[in-house]
Amino acid sequence: MSDIKEIISGICPEAEFVEGGESLQVNVPESKWHDFAKALHDDRRLDFDVLTAVVGMDWKESLGVMYYLTSTSRGWDILEVKVEAPDAKNPFIHTVSDIWKVALFQEREVYDFFGIKFINHPDMRRMFLRNDWVGYPLRKDYDADPAKNPIRLEDEINEDDTCSYVEDEKGKIKRVPGKVFEDDEYVVNFGPQHPSTHGVMRMRASVDGETIKKVDMVSGYIHRGMEKLSEGLTYPQILHFTDRMDYMSAHQNRHCLCLCIEKALGLEVPRRAQVIRVMMDELMRISSHLLAFGCTAMDLGATTAFFYGFREREQVLDIFEKTCGARMSMNYNVIGGVIADLHPDFQKDVKELIRIMPERLKEYHTLFTGNIIAQNRLKNVGILSKEDAINYAITGPSGRGSNWSNDTRKVRPYSIYSELKFDEVLESGCDSYARYMVRMREIEESCKILAQLVDNIPEGDIRAMNVPKVIKLPVGHWYQQVEASRGAFGVYIESDGTKNPYRVHFQSPCFNLIGVMDLCCQGYMIADLITIGAALDFVIPDIDR
Amino acid sequence: MEVKIKSMKHEDFKDNEYIDKLVEELNASGANVAVGNLNQLINWGISNSLWPLTFGTSCCAIEFMSLGAARYDMARFGFEVARNSPRQADYIMVQGTIVHRMAPAMRRLYDQLAEPKYVIACGGCAVSGGPFKNSYCVVPGVDKILPVDVYIPGCPPRPEAFFYGLMQLQRKIKVQKFFGGINRKEKREEFFAAHPEDRGKLS
Repeated sequence: MSDIKEIISGICPEAEFVEGGESLQVNVPESKWHDFAKALHDDRRLDFDVLTAVVGMDWKESLGVMYYLTSTSRGWDILEVKVEAPDAKNPFIHTVSDIWKVALFQEREVYDFFGIKFINHPDMRRMFLRNDWVGYPLRKDYDADPAKNPIRLEDEINEDDTCSYVEDEKGKIKRVPGKVFEDDEYVVNFGPQHPSTHGVMRMRASVDGETIKKVDMVSGYIHRGMEKLSEGLTYPQILHFTDRMDYMSAHQNRHCLCLCIEKALGLEVPRRAQVIRVMMDELMRISSHLLAFGCTAMDLGATTAFFYGFREREQVLDIFEKTCGARMSMNYNVIGGVIADLHPDFQKDVKELIRIMPERLKEYHTLFTGNIIAQNRLKNVGILSKEDAINYAITGPSGRGSNWSNDTRKVRPYSIYSELKFDEVLESGCDSYARYMVRMREIEESCKILAQLVDNIPEGDIRAMNVPKVIKLPVGHWYQQVEASRGAFGVYIESDGTKNPYRVHFQSPCFNLIGVMDLCCQGYMIADLITIGAALDFVIPDIDR
Repeated sequence: MEVKIKSMKHEDFKDNEYIDKLVEELNASGANVAVGNLNQLINWGISNSLWPLTFGTSCCAIEFMSLGAARYDMARFGFEVARNSPRQADYIMVQGTIVHRMAPAMRRLYDQLAEPKYVIACGGCAVSGGPFKNSYCVVPGVDKILPVDVYIPGCPPRPEAFFYGLMQLQRKIKVQKFFGGINRKEKREEFFAAHPEDRGKLS
């Protein structure tokens, strides 16, 4: 890391380094940020090609953003960059959406929550909240008076209006109004209530005949404000939100939050709990991919295949129910371990699942994958190149379908994953079919992991003995990632030493997936919009949080 | 008159008082033999072919999908044809949190349902806002914007709980008066009394 410091000092002498955190932190003045970001991305010695997380912050005296960057070519080292807006009253920061395209949506989220405006960002609209919302909810001085934002039953007006903030040569910032769609464009609206949007996503597609020209994703129809709610709760109390974000990765998400808190506390989790957690994660992944299979099939009109996917999924849910006591929203991981010991039938049930799965996968392939309709609808549709996948930070099975090796379990192993033998599934098709196949093959890999562990669950405690009664994190901030069913899920916690977190940010994989919809759909038919969405497999409550 | 459901015995339901009260009211108001029998026939038809509008916003929707799959198979009760258009559906099953941005869309869907129409609030979020009750943009219970017939608690409710709630709706339908003084209309009047600003928009 020391050579990175030298290079950075060479590029930007104003950069200040903060050490003592879990990774190197650089504070950069706002005026230098855009040039510095460009150098971080373009300089071959640095090569920070992935913008992992963008965390808006209100430090009370100033507003700003924490950027988490990582480099695929240099061992996935994380660099934190802190940028403060010079004027807290009227905060402006230069956009980096021209360098990392993933920032297009990420910066809109920061604007929505904190009111930080990004200079030169092409589309500075609200992301989650209504466009007539008063105030910025994640600011510490937000006025939560319900009279200011009552439940409005009239539709939003001027949905097509957008704007950008442009800086002229003298450094004066000017607001330039714009339109999402021009008046002569033909716009088809999908959702928010549509069976194939996998939740309450709204897509507006501008079409020329049947060909898609542009897709505008309108999010926020299930935005529940978890990040703000977390600030008023204690650490054990915020755990349950993670189960309700991506409910198909409930175990992994909760695992991530627990890992982050344990890392901050310096807690050692007993081996037995770690093994149980990993097994639950993999079971969850199987159930998630089975659902993805069923839904993809159903979106193409193959309702029968859906029943087959759900047949095996019920078997996984039975395992969860016996041990965790619930079919969904299991609330199983807790800080320092897991809440309850395994059910006596657990090993028997898992073995049975591993036994039947290969046969069943074969059945799926015969039923659906080999079908000529499925092949034609999925192959060569929704092309996403590897460069774009990296630039848009598309992790998980969707990114691996573009041949980008990004499995957090491999590139930055956590828990006991470094000891396990499994392959990272990669496909080079870059199309919907490749993404679909990655999921099907990952089920086999998850079975492999389960087979290694099922007979090797060590005896011992299921929860660390030294978990404090009142959990207070030391002052600082932490970022933890795990591989959820749909990609790298990240948790950012900033603590001021009290029993409530100062700021919690959930970096969900699906959020990045919707950012790529416009790119993937352009030039394809309107009917392909559904299959591309199905193959990307986003879960809406994970996006909106 | 006893309200009978084929799938479950009367005494197995936990809250028979309210249904008995509804029956009493129905008997007290009186109806002639022809209308009464026609009512029963129509209610028998409606209650056994309840088509839901697919309206899942989060976790509960996945459990609803399990309901549609082979193991729980809601087709046994006549609920199988989940419709994607409110024009073809009998009731709206609110599965998941309703937030401020969704509220106008939700309300429009309800308005588009054809009468007689029913609403089921599924899961903690739809019932009361659930774990997100204190949030800045969550509607604390869907009954703030729609009249609700049946509440199904749980987070998410088990498929069996869904069935129990749906059977409660069937029982409720069996005691409604399809001809003349319909229970639903009275309920709407109550709703308008509480929300006078909506009268013009809804009717």
